[in-house]
Amino acid sequence: MTEPAQDSYQDGNALAGPLREIFAVDVTAAAGQCVHCGLAGPVASLRVYGPAPGMVARCPGCDEVVLRLVRGPDSAWLDLRGTVSLRIPLPGPGVPDGTGEGPA
Amino acid sequence: MNGRRLVWRIARLVEIRDETPSARTLVLQIPGWPGHLAGQHVDVRLTAEDGYSTQRSYSIAAPADGERVELTVQRVPDGEVSPYLTEELTVGDEVEIRGPVGGWFVWRPNGTAPVLLVAGGSGIVPLMAMIRARRQAGSRTPFRLIYSLREPGERYYAEELRLPHPGLDVTYLYTRAVPDGWARPVGRLTIADMNTGGWPADFGPECYICGPTGFVETASDILLAMGHDARAIKTERFGPTGG
Amino acid sequence: MGFVSRGFRGRPRDEGVKLPPGQYLVHDFPVLSAGPTPRVPLDRWEFAIDTEDGQTHRWSWQELMALPAETPTVDLHCVTKWSKLGTDWKGVSLDTLFADVESSAEYALVYSYGGYTTNLPVEDLLDGKAWIAYQFDGEELAAAHGGPARLLVPHLYLWKSAKWVQGIRLMNEDWPGFWETAGYHNYGDPWREQRYQGD
Repeated sequence: MTEPAQDSYQDGNALAGPLREIFAVDVTAAAGQCVHCGLAGPVASLRVYGPAPGMVARCPGCDEVVLRLVRGPDSAWLDLRGTVSLRIPLPGPGVPDGTGEGPA
Repeated sequence: MNGRRLVWRIARLVEIRDETPSARTLVLQIPGWPGHLAGQHVDVRLTAEDGYSTQRSYSIAAPADGERVELTVQRVPDGEVSPYLTEELTVGDEVEIRGPVGGWFVWRPNGTAPVLLVAGGSGIVPLMAMIRARRQAGSRTPFRLIYSLREPGERYYAEELRLPHPGLDVTYLYTRAVPDGWARPVGRLTIADMNTGGWPADFGPECYICGPTGFVETASDILLAMGHDARAIKTERFGPTGG
Repeated sequence: MGFVSRGFRGRPRDEGVKLPPGQYLVHDFPVLSAGPTPRVPLDRWEFAIDTEDGQTHRWSWQELMALPAETPTVDLHCVTKWSKLGTDWKGVSLDTLFADVESSAEYALVYSYGGYTTNLPVEDLLDGKAWIAYQFDGEELAAAHGGPARLLVPHLYLWKSAKWVQGIRLMNEDWPGFWETAGYHNYGDPWREQRYQGD
């Protein structure tokens, strides 16, 4: 039996660009919880396979799919069924969040 | 409400700096650039005449400076994008950029905790942005950098890191070849390196680790074994899509 | 015409052969995946066809190897736009496997070790259109490419050729699989460029 090859995945930071096409704020710092095993953590810590045919973000604890993102020519499909919910940090009223994006 | 969805912008290459024979810093001018934080990255998109396009992510190497954005690109043998960026793209050429992206692996100069930066190879790039942001802000936050790479000839920012940086300690470790008289033998990052070059866990440092997946996992495991709080360790892995 | 990067060519493509719209030619064999590579020991490997009436037909690895095999040479077209022509495989035709299966179901859901699924009409599996393939280019199919065995149904985009195939469930209703529920086309004919839903 041959030696198992290293599976290639990136971390959730790789989702930052594609998700910023959809959301007006950064989601990689968002805290999610895996529906399969309950592990909580930032989106940035997910194991991301892809980017083709799509980005598949899996739980670092149980490897089940937490989030999927497919970018078509004129739309994006985002499937979040693998996460209980996402808690997305947003700046409070009147507080600049420092990501340099400024008021819309 | 702040923020807006990101769009592709057209950047012009205004300056080139070769870091090593195979790594080049590109200084881009991007009209309308909204600024960025140290640690963020951009996506670069190339399009051929027949419409074929491909993109890669690159960490920003320097803190926000008006419309200037610096990237350091490593040429990957047989790569599709990096040979173009490091050999073909010349001053005056344009390239499409989307960003800044990433809000988690960032350092803001207003923190008080000391900072540990652990770089594997080209993982030094976003960490250098943090070092430069610290200097730009006049911050006195104590910084320690552990920079692991194969051999001295592959160091990025060598001259700059050689200059005195009060409050920044830099430790190099080499995995393939060392300079003459170098005390530490060739070898990968170990707990001993992290002890000598890093911060004790009870200083509560913010830790940033960046590099290839294997390196990041090893460094992260070492820090956890030393008692560092998992929530204070942020990692960014360079994956297999590079090239 | 949008922005063009001066002097950028990208990987070599379009060498004068006829390809489905939007495809480019490759000579390597890219590996794309949606998760970790499953490792399935042959002594536990099994392939099943589950009918709409609840009957299950199973084959162990030895039983699969004992069936008459074919050596098709086919073109592969991936939805990510690469095409690889003239690839050599060895495998058992689905016609052989379906020979004793009694079913009037119209739809199939293919499922794999590791959880991947994809769906297609049963008629797209029959009449010489599909195989359970276990050799590529004269050698054991590598795990990265779907080994020990994968479905091979080359007239559709390659995501329908499920790697690490474990079984086929026959159903009276269509059940979209992994990529079909994430925005990809339900059928996936490369010659009509059916990549995404709505194409």
